[in-house]
Amino acid sequence: MKIISSSLSIFFLIVSFPTAAQDIAVRAGVLYTGAGQAIENGVVVIADGLVTAVGPASEVSIPEGMQVIDAAVATPGLIDARSTLGLSGAMNQPNDQDQLERSAAIQPELRAIDAYNPRERLIEWVREHGVTTVHAGHGPGEIISGQTLIAKTSGDTVEQAVFEPAYAVSATLGEGATGHSRSSPGNRSKAVAMLREQLIKAQAYRTGLETAAGDDEKSAPDRDLGLETLVAVLDGKMPMVIEVNRHNDIMTALRLADEFGFGLILAGASDAHLLIEPIKAAGVPVILHPTMIRGWGNAETSHFSFTTAARLLEAGIPVALQSGYEGYVPKTRVVLFEAAMLLGYGVSFEQALDLVTAAPAKILGIDDRVGSLEVGKHGDVALFDGDPFEFTSHVIGTVIEGRRVSESVR
Amino acid sequence: MKLLLSVVLLSGLVVSMSSIAETRAFVGARVIPIDGQEIADGVLVVEDGRIRAVGARADVRIPRAAAIVELEPGTVIMPGIVDTHSHVGEVAGADRSGPIQPEARVLDSFNVRSSGIKRALAGGITSVNVMPGSGHLVSGQTLYLKLREGSAVTDLAYRFDDGAPAGGLKMANGTNSRRDAPFPGTRAKSAALVRASYIKAREYADKIERAENEDDKPPRDLGLEALVEVLAGKRVVHFHSHRHDDLLTAIRLRDEFGFRMVLHHTSEAWRVADEIAAADVPVSLILIDSPGGKLEALYLDARSAPALEQAGAKVAFHTDDWITDSRYFLRMAAMGVRAGMSREAALLAMTQAGADMLDLGERVGSLSPGKDADFVILSGDPFSVYTRVLETWVEGERRFDLDDAADRLVAEGGFNALSDGDGAGHLHGQGPHTLTGAGQ
Repeated sequence: MKIISSSLSIFFLIVSFPTAAQDIAVRAGVLYTGAGQAIENGVVVIADGLVTAVGPASEVSIPEGMQVIDAAVATPGLIDARSTLGLSGAMNQPNDQDQLERSAAIQPELRAIDAYNPRERLIEWVREHGVTTVHAGHGPGEIISGQTLIAKTSGDTVEQAVFEPAYAVSATLGEGATGHSRSSPGNRSKAVAMLREQLIKAQAYRTGLETAAGDDEKSAPDRDLGLETLVAVLDGKMPMVIEVNRHNDIMTALRLADEFGFGLILAGASDAHLLIEPIKAAGVPVILHPTMIRGWGNAETSHFSFTTAARLLEAGIPVALQSGYEGYVPKTRVVLFEAAMLLGYGVSFEQALDLVTAAPAKILGIDDRVGSLEVGKHGDVALFDGDPFEFTSHVIGTVIEGRRVSESVR
Repeated sequence: MKLLLSVVLLSGLVVSMSSIAETRAFVGARVIPIDGQEIADGVLVVEDGRIRAVGARADVRIPRAAAIVELEPGTVIMPGIVDTHSHVGEVAGADRSGPIQPEARVLDSFNVRSSGIKRALAGGITSVNVMPGSGHLVSGQTLYLKLREGSAVTDLAYRFDDGAPAGGLKMANGTNSRRDAPFPGTRAKSAALVRASYIKAREYADKIERAENEDDKPPRDLGLEALVEVLAGKRVVHFHSHRHDDLLTAIRLRDEFGFRMVLHHTSEAWRVADEIAAADVPVSLILIDSPGGKLEALYLDARSAPALEQAGAKVAFHTDDWITDSRYFLRMAAMGVRAGMSREAALLAMTQAGADMLDLGERVGSLSPGKDADFVILSGDPFSVYTRVLETWVEGERRFDLDDAADRLVAEGGFNALSDGDGAGHLHGQGPHTLTGAGQ
């Protein structure tokens, strides 16, 4: 796995910086940097795609000749902490739905880069709404549905768009893992037994590899793409993002992480408000369901609350927002709107902004590059004509790595 | 029925006597009456379940007996919201047996104890058009409800002049109703089936008309009876339609048979706004977070809202609950403003415009003296995401109170906040709205 990722990242390094100018300055009536106080009359200077200066206009000078964009409000480019964008297309026809492969319950070998469509109109849609980074990939619906990636919402090829090609393994516990037409897993106990068995196989595979490395490697086990991926999970190189909503399933996820020592990120987690203490004690971050999730009726998400984000924040649990997966209309959610909807429910403006910028960057471990506007980080900016969260305001532009990638008013 | 009526009258008498003593004057809020200018420091006087007076504090004489409710500065009072298209109450209409089932009534499937009603009240909604799904060309009779207290659906039902529960007829074209036989496989077949049904209904009506005595009349046919009510203009057609050509097909059908019709959803209204306005068809519009999810919604665009307004068409909004949750219906009007609609038109689209589309405009939709005392108290501007619904009043009774623990649980969600099955209205009748809905 290590070999694969390093060769991938070399590959992406070469192709992901085309030669077009990536110099731009943003002047904002109010600049939210995501690192410290808001700046009135703030300026961000971006050169070669990276932030080179941030501060009040009185202190930061814009290099002569640099393109300047003015906005009432600017924030770091928004981050969607979990989605199926690029795999689950707008048409919602079988030929544009690649977020879920139904042939088997556990397929960690399915790479997101082999399915991600960077020209999908829903990616354009969220880009026009200020979203610059997405954690996208295989969705909920099988015990392990595949891998995820982290990409910018610009780029004509996956190679240009992606900057974490194999980020996490996407898993599901609860009804989501048993809602297929096969005989197994038919219930929660079986699903967890199958997952544990596979992780134990991966442990043995890893031991086999280690033993073989000690001698002449002839005794190495045959290469297995799925187990290779699970070894990366066991080694902590890839987190396991588990879509899990019912309270007992959340506890199962914590128990599994404890047993196998993998890096766990809870996703969905609609019952998290019932389990503040155990989640906090486990030190596990939560990528919370969209605020406007339709968890009604007898669905296992039916206990969701608009106040869960506020309660997790109050407890100090790391939390971010996601667009998630939508199977019907609307085909994707927009994290800008999902954050906005929390404002009436105990979440402050600053917290709401954090939930879709710095917080997801930290949870995903990409805060060295994105999530805030600080010198040396990517020049990703969302521009607004008013309070970003008011539904009557507009996104008036999006900048990714110093390039204006949207001029539409949304 | 007569007996029932007198019981109701008696109990009504008791209630109204107690509420005479509790004539209420709400004072200090910004009042948005809809039928007139906003009032910065307004007064709303409510008596016997009706609006008695509205105006500026200096202009309204508050009855001496009135209980005065002083509201916080910044609070807003607006009329109870009218939702012209909802599936609350786990309703169902037609089943899988065929594409045209006008005989199926929402009345017979509505769960009056569903938390969906409470969610609607938590969103400030006081009147609702509850509809069957859109997986049929004709999926049944809709039901206009007033969200007053009641233990049976008939307690909530608005009434036609003849006393029957009032409602429209749900129709659909486009992709949702295209399925294996006996459902249509194409758009042309869809229109042909609908036309044949209405021609049959015309003949049925003619036979009844021509009959010289009871024996001459054709045997009763519940489906044709409902279509005849449509042809007679009693029952309004609520027509699910998205794509520009489907919208014009619906108008063509209306013109042929002389329906009274409201177009619903209308993802691509922005492409045919002038045609819709010229045809004088009102539109019940939905605005959604992103386009797609099915082919006919691929070009959904919020600019339909300003396009229709500018073309001069009458526009209302709807939740299509569960497509959007009744609890945040106000957000949709703000999205309309975001897309370029005027504030006035967006407010109208949540209130009077919708009431008119349901033939309820003389009773609800504005804070006009004499109308039902249906109103909402908001913590701030209706278009702000920071605003919460504080209280919802129906006919002078408080039906939602954010300070009440049980009401707050429904408004905010949480463990066991919602009743089993709430939200299932969209799933019934084997419609297309499955949770994994790929390929619809």
